[in-house]
Amino acid sequence: MTQKADAAHPRAVQEPVRRGPPPPPPKREFDWRSAAIPAAIGTLSAVIVFGSLAWVITSAEQWPRIKLQFFSLDAMIASFPRVLQGFWVNMQVWLTVLGCILIWALVLAVVRSLRAPWFAPFRLMVVIYIDIFRGVPVLLLVLLFGFGIPALSLPGLPNSGLFWGAVAMVLSYAAYVAEIYRSGIDAVHEGQRAAAKSLGLSEWQTLRYAILPQALRNVVPALMNIVVALQKDVALLSVIGVRDAVREAQIYTATTFNYSSLIVAAGLFLLATIPMARLADYLSRRDRRRRLQIAE
Amino acid sequence: MTKPMIEIDTVTKYFGDKLVLDRVSLTVNPHEVVCLIGASGSGKSTLLRCINRLVDHDYGTIRLDGMANDDPRFGKTGLQQRASIVFQAYNLFPHMTVLDNITLAPRRVQGQPRAEAEERGRAVLGRFGMDSFAASYPEQLSGGQQQRVAIARALMTRPDVLLLDEITAALDPELVGEVLAIIRGLKDEGMTMMIVTHEMGFARECADRVAFLDGGVILEEETPDRLFGAPQEPRTRAFLQRIVASGRL
Repeated sequence: MTQKADAAHPRAVQEPVRRGPPPPPPKREFDWRSAAIPAAIGTLSAVIVFGSLAWVITSAEQWPRIKLQFFSLDAMIASFPRVLQGFWVNMQVWLTVLGCILIWALVLAVVRSLRAPWFAPFRLMVVIYIDIFRGVPVLLLVLLFGFGIPALSLPGLPNSGLFWGAVAMVLSYAAYVAEIYRSGIDAVHEGQRAAAKSLGLSEWQTLRYAILPQALRNVVPALMNIVVALQKDVALLSVIGVRDAVREAQIYTATTFNYSSLIVAAGLFLLATIPMARLADYLSRRDRRRRLQIAE
Repeated sequence: MTKPMIEIDTVTKYFGDKLVLDRVSLTVNPHEVVCLIGASGSGKSTLLRCINRLVDHDYGTIRLDGMANDDPRFGKTGLQQRASIVFQAYNLFPHMTVLDNITLAPRRVQGQPRAEAEERGRAVLGRFGMDSFAASYPEQLSGGQQQRVAIARALMTRPDVLLLDEITAALDPELVGEVLAIIRGLKDEGMTMMIVTHEMGFARECADRVAFLDGGVILEEETPDRLFGAPQEPRTRAFLQRIVASGRL
């Protein structure tokens, strides 16, 4: 290492440039040897670790049965169209529910953060709402709304389990998202409120023009986690008979006693959630960089 | 006799059980510049914030142009528009451009059309040498530039009084001058100002009167020459000696 460092310091023997333009930045040449060796070691270690894992698993006595049960290519191909169709339902429900959650949660967070005494009863209502819907399992709410309300057959209201199940998801998730929004609102520096107030902005205008734009930007990374979680949790609606990917895979399993269809569904979920998770990582990294720049 | 612009009449303020202002009385006449000096925690900033009701005082009266500052005739926003404050940490809105920062109050509070507000905004920025930064965001500016924008923002509502709360305390020394030059310019135009400052040289040069606060009490209120030249109170003398020792006078 020290030898390399010496070789990479021709500056030490170069004539210092005293007049004229400053010398050009030193060139960093790409060194094949120093790049190739770690890469080779990494590849070799990956081959050894994963290879021996695969060998251990496939050489197990039960492996052919496991393979047939979960990874049967024929069963996967046979179940794929139905599962994909179901997955399309998942994605539609996900986006619709997500939109509703983001808006409803914003209403909750804004009501909770308004400080005027006039809003006291509404603030209290939001606090109770959040306590209740955060404290009850989503699955329970989905069952309660998805089976319970259609059973009432209320006049003038939709009767589908899908609709009410989705409502349950919105109500539950909005409680979490409202708290995320609120943490973002609280994180905006008090001086911003003072500045807005001293310009004569009303409380609502202060929130609308000064606080919320900053708060929303602050909470994007935290929201992305919720978005990913929601993407999977939409599958809860399968328990009330919505024919999503999980439901379709279960139907296939029930007729063939082969579980490969569930693996297909799992694969589809991963295909959707992993890019979202990477996007979330990217956004929070970018956010971190932005904060560090400001702190400089 | 001229009617005073600001009349602070035996104002007392507690933060919880802690007494921060103890029966403070002070009068500022139109076109007058009054500097408040004193150690940290002496109540200077609180006194400024009481005037435009960022905090509410507990006892006494503060009158702006003859009207108590909690008079309902000010309406919801009238007081803040007539007594604008500039903060130590600038407190610009980081998500808005410079021009949006300074036109926010005229547009949203006073209801001016965008074009009109922006025209005046550019004029005010131009006066402070900031017109080329209209589309910049605060974090792209130096501290001195940000503070100039903050002063521009405070002036946009055409206030009668400007309250300056240690506006140079967060600046690097070489940037203090450009901000103080603006304040001198405003004084020459006859702006009434109350200035909390640690820049004693500036206070001596620019103030018509200087008030020394200590423990929530105005111990001494004099012309700058007399307060800095021949302070009467031992505590004023001790404070000024500390300042001299630190090389800031």
